[in-house]
Amino acid sequence: MDTAFIELDRVEKVFDVRKKTGFLKRERRQVRAVDSISFTVPRGEMVGYIGPNGAGKSTTIKMLTGILTPSGGRLRVAGIDPSRERSRLAHRIGVVFGQRTTLWWDLPLIDSYRLMHRMYRIPDGRYRENLDRLVELLELGELLDVPVRQLSLGQRMRGDIAAALLHDPEVLYLDEPTIGLDVVSKAKVREFLRELNTENGTTVLLTTHDLQDIEQLCSRVMVIDHGRMMYDGPLAGLHEAGESERVLVVDLERELPPIEAPPPARVVKVEGPRQWLAFPASASAAPLVARIAAEYPLVDLSVREPDIEAVIAKMYVERAATA
Amino acid sequence: MAEDGWRAEAAKTGRLAEGVRTYRMIAAMWIRSTMAYRASFVMTTVGNFAATALDFVAILLMFSQVDALGGYPLPEVAFLYGLSSVSFGLADLAIGSMDRLGRRVRDGTLDTLLVRPAPVLAQVAADRFGLRRLGRVTQGALVLGYALIELDLQWTPLKLVLMPVMVLGGAGIFCAVFVAGAAFQFVAQDASEVQNAFTYGGTTLLQYPPTIFAQDLVRGVTFVLPLAFVNWVPAAYVLGRPLPLGLPGWTAFASPLVAAVCCALAGVAWRTGLRSYRSTGS
Repeated sequence: MDTAFIELDRVEKVFDVRKKTGFLKRERRQVRAVDSISFTVPRGEMVGYIGPNGAGKSTTIKMLTGILTPSGGRLRVAGIDPSRERSRLAHRIGVVFGQRTTLWWDLPLIDSYRLMHRMYRIPDGRYRENLDRLVELLELGELLDVPVRQLSLGQRMRGDIAAALLHDPEVLYLDEPTIGLDVVSKAKVREFLRELNTENGTTVLLTTHDLQDIEQLCSRVMVIDHGRMMYDGPLAGLHEAGESERVLVVDLERELPPIEAPPPARVVKVEGPRQWLAFPASASAAPLVARIAAEYPLVDLSVREPDIEAVIAKMYVERAATA
Repeated sequence: MAEDGWRAEAAKTGRLAEGVRTYRMIAAMWIRSTMAYRASFVMTTVGNFAATALDFVAILLMFSQVDALGGYPLPEVAFLYGLSSVSFGLADLAIGSMDRLGRRVRDGTLDTLLVRPAPVLAQVAADRFGLRRLGRVTQGALVLGYALIELDLQWTPLKLVLMPVMVLGGAGIFCAVFVAGAAFQFVAQDASEVQNAFTYGGTTLLQYPPTIFAQDLVRGVTFVLPLAFVNWVPAAYVLGRPLPLGLPGWTAFASPLVAAVCCALAGVAWRTGLRSYRSTGS
């Protein structure tokens, strides 16, 4: 089997942005939405692709699906050049756009599926098998005869995911799959994606704003900003990359002056008998806890993990400072 | 991989065949869905019939005051009107939904069509296929029927052949206008009004004799945007009148050729538009 299922080599996308500056005058400006990005994704991996608005996430997905033609670099999905062989690639990929549906808005859900069946030339047996399984897993049974426009956002999203998977795609792209969903719907979608990845071995690439999606689903995360790759690796490593800190919350018997902790640990806040100590996320909390327990009248303690959002925000800030 | 056998099948068929297949599939789905609500279908079709028939009522009102319009008596104007309405009605029925393209570009739903294994043009053209548009075709056909009964035409085999050729050629020309208009919306997303000026405006223009318009306008509609070949030119031949602008006699039979050229140009415009969309994303 091929090791690199999705392959990007110094891929670029440059947009010409024209701005009106006067009655007929226009200013031309080039924007690098994606600036020399390289990565590979092996078959069966589940990868999170994150970054702030306008970072280039959607542009990347659009190039991977063949919607947009790259301005430079080499791009392959399942060995196919997406922009040149869009239709051939379409048979092998599934796409879910969180904010717009691929379903036919005014028609019952089942009509969209029937049309997909014929459009993708899915063999009858396979179609029925897949539809039954997806309807069961995504709890769509009662929704099949409901026009898509009458579905709730969560129901529609499940309907969209099913539509993207009827033809057994080898890779599934999800652009903000949980945006706007309630907690229960989010949990259902995540649960389903996890099963899809482990049981069918479907490669999944998802962009999201919701870091819980990444925390619960992805072993690997890529962070992009201003069209450049800022981090590519396991989720845990993101903390180190962002030089993030964990916080030890200590309750003492009584009010005391700030604890004298061994650097780089330090007290960041004192409130009565409670003190907050920050220390590097990569370091173990044990020696610090042992030291405090030995030298201070300790009542209770807890460790707070860093918020990834804060970590990423910090990465952005540092990046901007060095740039 | 044997596994991919059913996926490879699509690659074997040509793009045109694939487009026709896609169009039929989507149109059939919309027809089925329309037929699920028959009463509503009948009402919207009657509505479409009535709304478009008002154009003819306007002409009838004019003839209550005059005996001829630009030298054309009522049955001859009805002849032009019927031909224009049927040709336009057929094109509108087939691909009238294309004027929604600008909206699709704006709200990003065009992207969802691009990730499917089917030609985008066919998907856009068949979207919301509305059988109610038969209303316009029907009223055009009725007016045309009235004209044919009233007119004492000297039928020759050539004229008989020309009738269907003219109607289909005219539909082809209007289809090209729809496609070209949609292609323009890739660049200017709010241009559906501009498109309407040429489609709905064009058909209204053709409902009246060319003799009532300024020569420059007739020239523009003949040589620049050749709508004159929908009915003015071939109909003049059938009516035994001189062709507009002193065109030679053979041009009366040129509608299919003009339609083919227009469709080819519109196709090029569409491809250019889509390519530009795929490189700019807007």
